[in-house]
Amino acid sequence: MTMKGYLRQDGRKGIRNLVAVAYLVECAHHVAREIALPQREHAHVIGFPGCFPNEYAQSMMERLCTHPNVGAVMIVSLGCESFNRFQLEQFVRDSGRQVETLVIQKTGGTRSAIARGQAFVERAVEALSKAKTVPMAVSDLVIGTVCGGSDGTSGISGNPAAGRAFDRLVSEGAACIFEETGELIGCEDIMAARAATPELAEELRASVEKAAQYYATLGFGSFAAGNADGGLSTIEEKSMGAYAKSGTSPILGLIKPGDIPPTGGLYLMDVVPDGPVRFGFPNISDNAEIVEMMASGAHMTLFVTGRGSVVGSALAPVIKIAANPEMYGRLHEDMDVNAGRIMEGTATLDEIGTEIYEQVVAVAGGTQTKSEDLGHREFILTYKSFEPIGPACLPV
Amino acid sequence: MTDDRLIILAPQDSVVVVRCGISKGETLIIGDDEIILGVAVSMGHKLALRSVGKGDAILKYGAPIGSATSDILVGEHVHLHNMKSDYTPTYALEGAQTEFEK
Repeated sequence: MTMKGYLRQDGRKGIRNLVAVAYLVECAHHVAREIALPQREHAHVIGFPGCFPNEYAQSMMERLCTHPNVGAVMIVSLGCESFNRFQLEQFVRDSGRQVETLVIQKTGGTRSAIARGQAFVERAVEALSKAKTVPMAVSDLVIGTVCGGSDGTSGISGNPAAGRAFDRLVSEGAACIFEETGELIGCEDIMAARAATPELAEELRASVEKAAQYYATLGFGSFAAGNADGGLSTIEEKSMGAYAKSGTSPILGLIKPGDIPPTGGLYLMDVVPDGPVRFGFPNISDNAEIVEMMASGAHMTLFVTGRGSVVGSALAPVIKIAANPEMYGRLHEDMDVNAGRIMEGTATLDEIGTEIYEQVVAVAGGTQTKSEDLGHREFILTYKSFEPIGPACLPV
Repeated sequence: MTDDRLIILAPQDSVVVVRCGISKGETLIIGDDEIILGVAVSMGHKLALRSVGKGDAILKYGAPIGSATSDILVGEHVHLHNMKSDYTPTYALEGAQTEFEK
């Protein structure tokens, strides 16, 4: 399959050409949802619920509104929230995208705001449907990976198979991002040994130590009750399984949400906030992780699940990899890849790894993932605070 | 020679992973031992590959995943009742496991 992409002004290429409908406070969420509804295939709702300013949320929204899969943006503001809508609009306009801001308080209320917004979206979708495409290669792709609803099968089947796919994508020049430092607790040493430089090794180790301290303050690990039902006993055990998603490539860099990988290669995303514990859990659900992958430019996310997550995502497709064959039997309509066959002994890690790689190429070429086709558009963004990454974190 | 229903992830591990649900009372071969399973276990759960003393590290994937909170014999189910994290405590819903088994 030949991949074709939508070339953006910053040189990145999109595999979809969507309108983002972005609400800037929860009070504008309903209007945003109604605006997108008639064009739900082409217009995705994203947004930030908080009324009070947060630098992280501002930069995340800027990154998301200029994601390579986004071609135009409708900003929906109530009018009195603290979010800097002027800065967001300017950022999007400077990226070469069509953008309009709708302030509900100035538009005559809900009904007229929805009507104006729908008219913008309809025009934008029409314009985007005529956009020209350019050839695209695997080396143009940014791929994220997360796992959720993990069980004792995840770390044996789905996660290492995703790791094999990552190895191949990295070898062909793609940028691949794995995360969640809170789910790498116990893997510090083996992970640091894969760092491209000794300085990066220290950064990787420090990011996991930060996560361990953060979760210790909260009193809970990144571990849900269902993980234990599925046979996982400790956060270290869950971590070792999650770590397998990273494959075996050298680790080239450490990024934070919204940082765009500067080259191909394998990157760890540090998702745990810096400084004292302020806003609660780092990521309150799997979708928060997918959103952070998107903010760092991920064209799609590989999602390995044992217990059976059904979520998808706004803006960037999610490929669902079932780790557990019993769960695949129950939820096959939501699953793109059955890595549970590894548990049953009917497929090898390499075979499933190849299948995942082929799915990535097909989805980049326009094939819809299951969650995409089912209309899953989950999105969540909450308060966080980060320091910029250190000088040793990126390849020179 | 270890039973086909069990996966050994690394030779130095203290546990094996169960490939499919196995009923209570079934006979299993683990290494040189023949054991009778004391409880039903579902897919993805762990059984002891070798005996482990209280306080010793539990190894899976060749790496420590926590430590034993009691002495564990070969073939015993290894989970929240006899091991713990060396980092943060594990949160589990009481009753969820029995619900899942139904």
